[in-house]
Amino acid sequence: MIGRATLAVAMLLGFGTDIVLATDAKRSGYDDASAETRAMQDDDAANPAFLWVAQGESLWSTPAGPSARSCASCHQDARISMRGVAARHPKFDPTLGRPISLEARIQQCRTERQGAPALPPEGDSILGLTAYVGLQSRGMPMAVADDPPVRPFLDAGQRLFETRMGQLNLSCAQCHDRLAGQRLAGSTIPQAHPNGYPLYRLEWQGMGSLYRRLRNCLTGVRAEPFPPDSPEVVALSLYLAWRANGLKVETPAVRP
Amino acid sequence: MTASTTPLPLARRRFVLTALAGTTLPTLGARANPRQVADLIRAVTGATPVQTGKVTLDLPVLVENGNAVAMTITIDAPAGSVRALHVFADGNPLPEVLRLRFGPASGAPRLSTRIRLADSQTVTALAELADGTFWQDRVELLVTLAACLE
Amino acid sequence: MVRVLINAPKQVRAGQAFEVKLLINHPMESGQRRDTFGQAIPREIIHSITCTLGGQEVFQADLFPAISANPFLAFWAVATQSGDLTIRFTDDQGTTQTDSVAIAVV
Repeated sequence: MIGRATLAVAMLLGFGTDIVLATDAKRSGYDDASAETRAMQDDDAANPAFLWVAQGESLWSTPAGPSARSCASCHQDARISMRGVAARHPKFDPTLGRPISLEARIQQCRTERQGAPALPPEGDSILGLTAYVGLQSRGMPMAVADDPPVRPFLDAGQRLFETRMGQLNLSCAQCHDRLAGQRLAGSTIPQAHPNGYPLYRLEWQGMGSLYRRLRNCLTGVRAEPFPPDSPEVVALSLYLAWRANGLKVETPAVRP
Repeated sequence: MTASTTPLPLARRRFVLTALAGTTLPTLGARANPRQVADLIRAVTGATPVQTGKVTLDLPVLVENGNAVAMTITIDAPAGSVRALHVFADGNPLPEVLRLRFGPASGAPRLSTRIRLADSQTVTALAELADGTFWQDRVELLVTLAACLE
Repeated sequence: MVRVLINAPKQVRAGQAFEVKLLINHPMESGQRRDTFGQAIPREIIHSITCTLGGQEVFQADLFPAISANPFLAFWAVATQSGDLTIRFTDDQGTTQTDSVAIAVV
């Protein structure tokens, strides 16, 4: 059974026939999307992700927790203070001793500085706030640091990216490095750059985080998804973001 | 031979896609058909013949994801001279998509929206003009299957 | 309250048509899907929407489950005098919501 499935997938991916190596040029998922999907992202008045951005913008100045402080109480105008922040995340957090994603950074602010409960994971509030903060870096090149403290995490992420997983026994790299640009069923295989998260996916009919996408990929190859904030997710998210360095931040992007 | 080694009677394509998908959300009902759309059009037009022209239905011929397909309808007629607009999709579970009446503050008989298309099919846009004539445009399109579903 | 974004020019010229883009945060659950346990998910859509400008109707539309989640509508309006552009919609539970933006004729 599994052998049959693997064989069929291998045939579909073209293994053993004509393996074409991806070019060196980095391509955003935007470049591989249809003209209609790109148009949806290009017009802020048509991009449904802006419904979440609007929610994030209003949360930015809404007081929370016993401190009765809002994000704006400390960071003032996000359009100035948050510029470039998303392009540099995940970023090493010396206190935690590990890299931290933008979502996790916002949650940290909420629980530790505002004294408020964390926002529900993958909920509209955290997606909206992250998208609003991410928007302030739109158009800036991804610039994730690879200095000594993050090195071990980066290496771990790369190892995971190249490790075969799940019942289909596929690694991220097999599809998204070696076969990027080719087609799997009706879709072009993208290079898997996370430069637009959180983003609006037509498949989801809603907004989602990079973690949701990773969970999709893992269940897709029939692997047990790593829990959110697990060392694997931290390492893989960091590696993916670093691998996208130089691509422009597109948050909030639209993908099929 | 045990039951577990018997090959499943699934088409390879379907099998592969199911294997790649995390969960599948099958739809409930059967799909509509061109006759149902013809009946719905007749219910709007009565005995008046439907002409081709004046209406431009703009839809991609190849659809990347059927959950949100950008659609624009333009009627080549002055604002105020178009009474109503109807859109039908003959391959959806329910063929009706949209029914719209233009009012006196309408600036142009033009509309863009995003629609769901369950499968490859024909979409019809039908306009009713104030002079009692009916005009339509049709687009036959292909909805491709996404490989990695949630 | 459902989040609504109305994108329209603040100032327009009398008699000159202008475009309005509308986004509504709504799942438009079609009633055609099953959940992961095989149970039918009940239909929950916005089925009716009206737009007026200064009290005059721009359009009235009946929406069906084929309208995508988070509905997007772009349309053209024309004003003769300053007034509110008002969007009013009703969902399957019978809830009606109204949102407005001011349009000034200059």
